[in-house]
Amino acid sequence: MLLRVEDLHKRYGREEVLRGISFSLEKGETKVIIGPSGTGKSTLLRCINRLTEPDRGRIFLEDVEITSPKADINKIRAQIGFVFQDFNLFTHLTALDNVRLGLMRVKGLPKKQATERALRELARVGLADKAKAYPAELSGGQQQRVSIARALAMDPKLILFDEPTSALDPELIGEVLSVMVDLAKSGMTMLVVTHEMGFARSVADEIIFMEKGVIVEQGPPEQLFKHPKHPRTAEFLRRITELYGGEG
Amino acid sequence: MNLVFKWKWLPDLAQGLALTLELTGLSMALGAVLGLALALLRVYAKGPLLPLYGLASAYVHFFRGTPLLVQLMGLYYGLPALGIRLSPFLASLLALTLNTAAYQAEYFRGAIQSVKSGQMLAARAIGLTRLQALRYVILPQALRLVIPPWSNELVYMIKGSAIVYLVGMLDLMGRARTIGTKEFRMFEVLVVTALFYLALILLFTVALRWVENRTRIPGLGVPGRS
Repeated sequence: MLLRVEDLHKRYGREEVLRGISFSLEKGETKVIIGPSGTGKSTLLRCINRLTEPDRGRIFLEDVEITSPKADINKIRAQIGFVFQDFNLFTHLTALDNVRLGLMRVKGLPKKQATERALRELARVGLADKAKAYPAELSGGQQQRVSIARALAMDPKLILFDEPTSALDPELIGEVLSVMVDLAKSGMTMLVVTHEMGFARSVADEIIFMEKGVIVEQGPPEQLFKHPKHPRTAEFLRRITELYGGEG
Repeated sequence: MNLVFKWKWLPDLAQGLALTLELTGLSMALGAVLGLALALLRVYAKGPLLPLYGLASAYVHFFRGTPLLVQLMGLYYGLPALGIRLSPFLASLLALTLNTAAYQAEYFRGAIQSVKSGQMLAARAIGLTRLQALRYVILPQALRLVIPPWSNELVYMIKGSAIVYLVGMLDLMGRARTIGTKEFRMFEVLVVTALFYLALILLFTVALRWVENRTRIPGLGVPGRS
């Protein structure tokens, strides 16, 4: 088992955002988390690499407990890629330097090797020719692809995607999704929060439906889409497919 | 009105200018180091470091809230009462440094806080430590953003340093007073002195403008004139 989340709780003030989340992820699996906004999906992702500290519960990456106070969190984060909704590319660095920074400063690679590796990852997301561009000179879709390359360069065991296409113009969503589809096919382990039901349906090994801080239902896409066990799942899927479309 | 100008004033004034430059340059540089440290404490100190946040804030409020002149007089005339005697140069340098540090701290704080919060998150997410994130992600952006207010502070300090003549320093202003008194030509000497200040400030304004343009990155900071 690559990732195991056990009884995760997180509270902001009086509001309990996560109320006992448990699930796991096998190596090479892609799981998609869906659910109404404000149900703790992003908080859950951020708890997994402790960008947000959970209040209670345990998380394991392989046999290492991420939530242990003794865990070397920087070392763990280097093994978990994170793709943000609004990209968060380093504004002052070129695409190449964005991808290279972690390689040089976290992994300690010499500049030459870091450059080669970074260029390879940029090529993988189709942006070899944009290596010298600053984020502001790239479209949203290109920025998100650079941020995927930045995550990939670290050789992560797992990549977390936090609504990676939600900040994009509709015509740019496809290029990011296609990179993600390729990644999933290549065997990368992925945990994806998204409203893209087409992606969820065609790529996910399993879909997790979350609402109000708990997992309501989880299962293979066909089962969830065709025979949801829970009425809330059915209602959410019906509403979201009306909005975003389900085929694709 | 009969105006008189003498070339022989110039070498004296130039010597004063050198001292003005020295005092301003040193205090701006030392003030930048102290100011940046204060700003980092004001932005990031929490938990066990929280008292340092309080100290840094108190410092900034005190030195921005009292006149530079009072600070200089306090150091030069007040400290001897405590048994600490500073030379006019040291008292001047210290007053200017302590004062500009408080202002620079606020400029640095503003610049650091205007770096988007997602930058720190993304830096930590790839495994950079907090210090590395500061060094490689936050500060390179903040230092670019701070150039315009920092140039403003430099301009202010070049002129503000003139008060050191009050403790007997022969800076540009001090020289001007000496020559003006000796020659009974205070007005003319002051006009020439003002031109010296003006030239110095224009020079630095242009230089910092150049630095700002050279280090400009698309999407970061205020766009320049096109």
